[in-house]
Amino acid sequence: MIEYQNIFTRTQIHGPGDFGIPLPQGAERERIGKPTFVHLLGLIGDAQIGPLYLGWIGSISLLCGFIAFEIIGFNMLASVNWNPIQFVRQLFWLALEPPPAKYGLHFPPMAEGGWWLMAGFFLTTSIILWWVRTYRRALALGMGTHVAWAFAAAIWLYLVLGFIRPVLMGNFGEAVPFGIFPHLDWTAAFSIRYGNLFYNPFHMLSIAFLYGSALIFAMHAATILAVSRLGGEREIEQIVDRGTASERAALFWRWTMGFNATMESIHRWAWWFAVLCPLAGGIGILLTGTVVDNWYLWGIKHGFAPEYAYDMWAPVLDPALAAK
Amino acid sequence: MKYGLAFIAIIVGSLLTLAMMLQWERPPMASTQLGPRGVGMVLTQNPRTEAILKSKNIAPESDPPAQLSGIKVKDSPDYQNVKVLGDIDVEEFNRLMGAITNWIAPDEGCTYCHNPENMADDSLYTKVVARRMLQMTRQINTMWTPHVQQTGVTCYTCHRGHAVPANIWFKNDGPPHAEGMSASRQGEGLASKSVGMTSLPYDPFTTLLAKGAQIRVDGTEALPTGKPGASIHDTEVTYALMIHMSEALGVNCTFCHNSRQFASWSESRPQRVPAWHGLRMVTDVNETFMASLQGTFPKNRLGPLGDVAKVNCATCHQGVNKPLYGVSMVKDYPELRIPNP
Repeated sequence: MIEYQNIFTRTQIHGPGDFGIPLPQGAERERIGKPTFVHLLGLIGDAQIGPLYLGWIGSISLLCGFIAFEIIGFNMLASVNWNPIQFVRQLFWLALEPPPAKYGLHFPPMAEGGWWLMAGFFLTTSIILWWVRTYRRALALGMGTHVAWAFAAAIWLYLVLGFIRPVLMGNFGEAVPFGIFPHLDWTAAFSIRYGNLFYNPFHMLSIAFLYGSALIFAMHAATILAVSRLGGEREIEQIVDRGTASERAALFWRWTMGFNATMESIHRWAWWFAVLCPLAGGIGILLTGTVVDNWYLWGIKHGFAPEYAYDMWAPVLDPALAAK
Repeated sequence: MKYGLAFIAIIVGSLLTLAMMLQWERPPMASTQLGPRGVGMVLTQNPRTEAILKSKNIAPESDPPAQLSGIKVKDSPDYQNVKVLGDIDVEEFNRLMGAITNWIAPDEGCTYCHNPENMADDSLYTKVVARRMLQMTRQINTMWTPHVQQTGVTCYTCHRGHAVPANIWFKNDGPPHAEGMSASRQGEGLASKSVGMTSLPYDPFTTLLAKGAQIRVDGTEALPTGKPGASIHDTEVTYALMIHMSEALGVNCTFCHNSRQFASWSESRPQRVPAWHGLRMVTDVNETFMASLQGTFPKNRLGPLGDVAKVNCATCHQGVNKPLYGVSMVKDYPELRIPNP
């Protein structure tokens, strides 16, 4: 017997492949492949794969992304002397480092960060073309461009980290290396150098929006799953034609926390929380080193860094001052 | 198919659990509060690895005190070419020579440094090195008390029964790297033992254990001063040195620092002060003593770049925040605590 379970969808609807809307004259050739169905994918999403719409912009974006990926990968392989075993063993440790600070904003020798700039150029081109794609495909489908602008918020943070802030600081040595552990080391070193990023109010905001996004996502998903047996998953209809699912969901939150979003507003909450996370974060990064050099001392100056009683030991003095 | 995913999940989960158990340390850990409540200044140690460390860091028993003969080495015709220890009693000298043999070359014996035909002969390089090391030990015990306090050091603190201490460093360019226009590693980006298996710069010592090195990287003012501060790379080199210290001493960052502001002295623990002196002591040891032996050591004792072996925190500490758990061996060998002329 078919049953509907709303945490793990175990029901898969099989039908003829969906080709999507007709495309304007001449654009049809961009749509490639015939629909195929993958049962395993059907367990977590739509089982249909294809047809794909890549077009020129999508193809160039993938090509640029591939070039960046290869530049990074081959330079990592070179850093272990072309040894494939070491490449696999140390993959998470390997890096493509930005140019040393001494080169400023000039193009450095290839071995001294030139490859990093090239990889960054191709990766940025790829990402921006992919953004154009999300914008144009949304218009083609008669949608709003909400996805594209949310993606743009992430690109803002990416550009601040790798381009805008290094340019303001006057050297690309401030930028993030490519590599799994190396970019995490960069994060730690960045925070240490600029006096602890946790005292940066925009970093605080960004974290609040990050955790808030996760919370709102969980609350919304749980609410809709909980009322889907009453038709609650038809959220768009419920926005303008409120049914019992919507009313029960609203009542649930009003009872439990005294306030409820609506079927419409909850999506604005979610969108803005997600978008403000990289937006605020990007502002925080942009101000670091350019406007504020030590966030902790800035926190002391403005009276929000708490003081603790260090009475477990005698006061500690800087021996470098004593030596002078 | 219905159970396919679950099946795969169980297999993957089991493999990950196995990998975790092989790689990670199991709980429980012992934690000790080191600072005010709420700032996370806690020393976390694994009692099981601590027990192993304890068994590996035991100071040997001292020899019974020498029965003084009343004759100084320099006044005795039997001892020639004694340039450092001439001012001590002959019996003290003999006792110390025996101890040094046990501390450094227990298997090779006296002949590791001495020509048995003529004990005064300087033909073995090891004897020349040993003489300089005695001066170094005296220097540490008398001039570097801000670091070694009254506990002091002996040969055994570093050597532990081996002619070459287990923890030394050489200038390190890392393993071979592709030449030409391929991107330079910039001295980092490898899994490196010297910095606790992080991908941080693997040789922070050459830069930061040099005289006048700038270890401090934090901004000193809230707002930019207009002068260029430390670069991110400089910060990573300092970070790498700090990881080395943490690994060498078997402690966390918060053993010395309040991690909310690493630079702040008023929020640091008093332990940071001897550590500060320790970094300068290590520089002195390397630049005054080890570097002076550059021409003395044979090629096979030099590093891949031809430099002499050097010391860092791990050379003495060997995973323990007080070497040999704070047991003072030098109190039984006071001749190692006489100031150099």
